[in-house]
Amino acid sequence: MAGIKVFGHAASTATRRVLLTLHEKNLDFELVHVELKDGEHKKEPFLSRNPFGKVPAFEDGDLKLFESRAITQYIAHRYEEQGTNLLPADSKNISHYAIMAIGMEVEAHHFDPVASKLAWEQVFKLFYGMTTDQAVVEEEEAKLAAVLDVYEARLKEFKYLAGETFTLTDLHHIPVIQYLLGTPTKKLFDERPRVSEWVEEITNRPASQKILQ
Amino acid sequence: MAGIKVFGHPASAPTMRVLLTLHEKNLDFEFVHVDLMGGEHKKEAFLARNPFGQVPAFEDGDLKLFESRAITQYIAHRYEGQGTNLLPADSKNIAHYAIMAIGMQVEAHQFEPVAAKLVSEQVFKLKKGLTTDQAVVAEEEAKLAKVLDVYEARLKEFKYLAGDTFTLTDLHHIPTVKYLLGTPTKKLFTERPRVNEWVAEITKRPASQKILQ
Repeated sequence: MAGIKVFGHAASTATRRVLLTLHEKNLDFELVHVELKDGEHKKEPFLSRNPFGKVPAFEDGDLKLFESRAITQYIAHRYEEQGTNLLPADSKNISHYAIMAIGMEVEAHHFDPVASKLAWEQVFKLFYGMTTDQAVVEEEEAKLAAVLDVYEARLKEFKYLAGETFTLTDLHHIPVIQYLLGTPTKKLFDERPRVSEWVEEITNRPASQKILQ
Repeated sequence: MAGIKVFGHPASAPTMRVLLTLHEKNLDFEFVHVDLMGGEHKKEAFLARNPFGQVPAFEDGDLKLFESRAITQYIAHRYEGQGTNLLPADSKNIAHYAIMAIGMQVEAHQFEPVAAKLVSEQVFKLKKGLTTDQAVVAEEEAKLAKVLDVYEARLKEFKYLAGDTFTLTDLHHIPTVKYLLGTPTKKLFTERPRVNEWVAEITKRPASQKILQ
């Protein structure tokens, strides 16, 4: 059996989404390191795995995938019976699934673009010896605050974003949130009680701790 | 029976994604016009439907949804037995579904951000009496060309993006593609034979003809 392989970088938020999912499911896998600083992701053979030249790429036996959120959804379905259930409790219920799907779209289109810019400015630029642009940080924090106000209202009604159980919707947020907790942007989470509780819950999960090592 | 309602604007690409899906499925629905010019989407009645203040929002009986790609996926599953099948031929096959899911992520993250900027510069700005920034157009066209090179290679192997049948993956592109066909950016499609054929196929479908002006 060829098994599961992840081709990525342990510090990449998109790679971490996939690693989180595998850990939640207690699945064995091999992480194949892609050397981003050497541009390995923009060359063959990586481009044959993802023609858009981004980590992660993924293999499960003969099946080859890319795009982290397609991979996490594949894992959640393929290994539905194993480890943590990352789908709604009644996963065949099309309406319940649609509610989770909204949350996944919101993470991808409203949360991540803003949160990733803040992680880039305050964390990743520093790795590369560049300086944080505080004007960008202010602008993006204002946008993130507006998004988190919606999350606060949502989490007053439900324990997690898609309902009463932890799902892919919550999981997709974890890697970027972990980075932002090490920056002044953390205050935006702290200032909102339900968001703060939710951040604590999802980052304390054993799988979430594993990917930080 | 309360039926299906779409709250949106006929010129909005995300609204069009949902309308296309309903037409492909031959579903009856009510279209409720949201006055974007009047800022209706940022006011309370609409915000209760989509707290992020964007069209479209959607109702099917008691179920209320937003985010166009969550809505289209809901419709494709809920009405799977009816009209055009927008899922892979063997929709329960988790691996096949994952291949379609990749294509939906690629449309959302690689194609649409670039293509939407080109539509904004060359179509929507003119409607507001502003001028096209040709430097932005040049920059974004260079990015779109690279994305379409990947599409060209893909479509040499398969008739449609997710395989040999038309799926949501192709459908999600149609509104933005149609806008770009009315701009000089059209050349990026015509220069690539398989992309050109695919664009012709997907825009001439009866459902596409119904919603595209």
